[in-house]
Amino acid sequence: MSPPETDIAIRLEGVRVQFGETGLHFDCAVGKGQIVAVTGASGSGKSTLLNVIAGFETPDTGQVEILGEDVAGRDPAERPVSVIFQEHNLFAHLDVATNIGLGIDPALRLGIKEKAKIASALLRVGLEGFGKRLPPTLSGGERQRVALARALVRRRPILLLDEPFAALDPGLRAGMASLLLELHQQEGNTILIITHHPDDVRTLADRVLFLDKGRILLHEPVTQFLEHTDLPAVARFLGR
Amino acid sequence: MINRMERRLTLTAGALCLGGIVLFVCLAAAALLAFDEPGAVNDGVVFDAYVWRVARFTLLQASLSTVLSIVFAIPVARALARQAAFPGRVWIIRLMALPLGLPALVAALGLIGIWGRQGVLNTALVTIGLDQPVSIYGLSGILVAHVFFNMPLAARLMLGGLERIPGEYWLAGANLGMRPLSIFRFIEWPVIRGLLPGIAGLIFMLCATSFTLVLTLGGGPAASTIEVAIYQALRFDFDPPRAIALSLLQISVTAALLVTIRLLTPAADEGHGGGRRVRRFDGRSRFGRTGDGLVIALAVLFLALPLGSVISSGLRADLVKLAGDPMVRRALITSVVIALISGLLCVLSATVMIRARQAALAPRRPLAVLRGLAVGISASSSLVLLVPPVVLGAGWFLLLRPLGDVARFAPLLVILINTLMALPFVYRILEPAMATHTARTARLAVSLGLGGWHRFRLIDWPGLRRPLLMALSFACALSLGDLGAVALFGSQDMVTLPWLLYSRMAGYRSTDAAGLALFLGLVCLVLTIAGTPRAGADDQRRKDVTA
Repeated sequence: MSPPETDIAIRLEGVRVQFGETGLHFDCAVGKGQIVAVTGASGSGKSTLLNVIAGFETPDTGQVEILGEDVAGRDPAERPVSVIFQEHNLFAHLDVATNIGLGIDPALRLGIKEKAKIASALLRVGLEGFGKRLPPTLSGGERQRVALARALVRRRPILLLDEPFAALDPGLRAGMASLLLELHQQEGNTILIITHHPDDVRTLADRVLFLDKGRILLHEPVTQFLEHTDLPAVARFLGR
Repeated sequence: MINRMERRLTLTAGALCLGGIVLFVCLAAAALLAFDEPGAVNDGVVFDAYVWRVARFTLLQASLSTVLSIVFAIPVARALARQAAFPGRVWIIRLMALPLGLPALVAALGLIGIWGRQGVLNTALVTIGLDQPVSIYGLSGILVAHVFFNMPLAARLMLGGLERIPGEYWLAGANLGMRPLSIFRFIEWPVIRGLLPGIAGLIFMLCATSFTLVLTLGGGPAASTIEVAIYQALRFDFDPPRAIALSLLQISVTAALLVTIRLLTPAADEGHGGGRRVRRFDGRSRFGRTGDGLVIALAVLFLALPLGSVISSGLRADLVKLAGDPMVRRALITSVVIALISGLLCVLSATVMIRARQAALAPRRPLAVLRGLAVGISASSSLVLLVPPVVLGAGWFLLLRPLGDVARFAPLLVILINTLMALPFVYRILEPAMATHTARTARLAVSLGLGGWHRFRLIDWPGLRRPLLMALSFACALSLGDLGAVALFGSQDMVTLPWLLYSRMAGYRSTDAAGLALFLGLVCLVLTIAGTPRAGADDQRRKDVTA
């Protein structure tokens, strides 16, 4: 069951990516405004899936459509997506406000209006007054919040997150997940999030993309996925 | 990872740089191969007894220098590794890094001050009634000088290896009650042995292509290496066929060496230890401490005395008069201009080529052409080593001679040869730094649409400023202290500091020479120290990476 044409945010059709001996093969359609958890064992192709959508990786064949447009040949910055990685989301030598400002204008021409935007984004992620701090002086969780703030000022309709909480300890994970959910409710953006944690899947996701050996094995609502213990790969992931 | 247009630009620029280097080297080589002097003697006679004698001597002195450097380096490295904490240890290790940055000419002067006929050693020998002076000229002098330069290099590399031995080995050794001899046999020697092919290859290469030291200390045709013989064939005998024969011989020797080194050396392990302080339990006895102390003291004396001699005789020179000498001033300006231009050129082309290599290898399956470009770029530094400066100079000398006075082209050629000479070193300083920088920032910059000038201004320059300045400083030091390129082309109109120093030495104006040597040595040392990564800088980098 896929959503109607006009409600599709991302569609991959016959996308193939060959890495030496192993080939990855993606076909899927993600509806607008959903949070989709991308899961599966290491090496199943989760990061490649995100890289193909973000434009970091060029498929050998197939088509990538974002918001109804073929994005082949478009540089990552020209696609309507923001990306947050596991780490290195911030330039360590630039202060927090500058890091966020780069999301508004890469040439860093920032007027009063833009500075106000940065301040309000910091406020929304709970880091009011952190503008002048340098990334190395922040905790891992705070750095990821700054990355979220930058995604907020960029206002791209699609947000891709590659294990954004992997480097955080459990308490921080829960806080970050609820912050992400809250921002999603305000923005109504489409989110693809790679995660290894069944907890994240339960608390965050509407739907699950489950990858196994370079193929999309399941693409279904989260409630259905959590019941899906008949498949050994899924059972292993859920720890049952 | 950069956007399409920038990627194309980078690749083009990298290919142009590489093409320029290959062209510059190959034109010189082609000139040597194709040279046809009317009435020149034919090839059979060119490889005469003289050429073979020179070749034999080159290999003999290089082998002996390598063996001696390594044999002396082992006890020094071991003593420093066993005595891991004593006051002044860090200064001794720094002292051992100094010869690397010292122009060979300056070191030669210092060595003559200690080992020469009127030097400290012979004076001491005479006072205690021995009247057979040690001679610094000829084979023995070349060996002393090569050991002076390469023993500390070998010792530092070995010390690095010994300090990377995991702490558990020392715990186990102490637990098992291993004696110093067994510790050496079972723990230290295997590590040193693993490093030996790389160290020996490097030192052999440096000694086989040594020019300045052999020129100043060789003292005649009996002790001449191929490089010096090329210089003499072109500059004094004007015998191009002989220069060509020697150049081809030199290229085959360096080629054979490069291949051997490549086959013998495992991938370079530049990794530092875990940063954890490793505790050793041996070498605590009074006997062990005394022995180590003695070894270290001898090494320090061997290194520090010539340096001290440069300083003390330099201070005795009339420095004020020297500073006012218009000849000295002109040489200084010439040297600085040449060093700056060739340093900048070198850093710029290395940066462009490293970026182009990254861009070429970024796609999952790079096109064959791009893979070729990447291989070419990483091989270019070997190409530069293959054709040493004097050979390069000889080729261009022959190539430009039909166009008139070769001296007209001297500044340009010296700059280009110096640029190439520094390229392998600069490449090695910049490559790892740029790889880390790219890994950390490239994807992020691309996803934010940060490119071109703005990325350079906001991301690349702040992140790479230090390694770039370090590389520049190192390249300038190399160029500033170089005698090889300028020896072939130097003339009345083109005098650099090392060339002036060499002429004053040859003209027996030794006080002038001492003053110049002090000045040149200081400048080069400061530049080299600025160009050497410090342990602290690495820690900082590790901290940045985790941000």
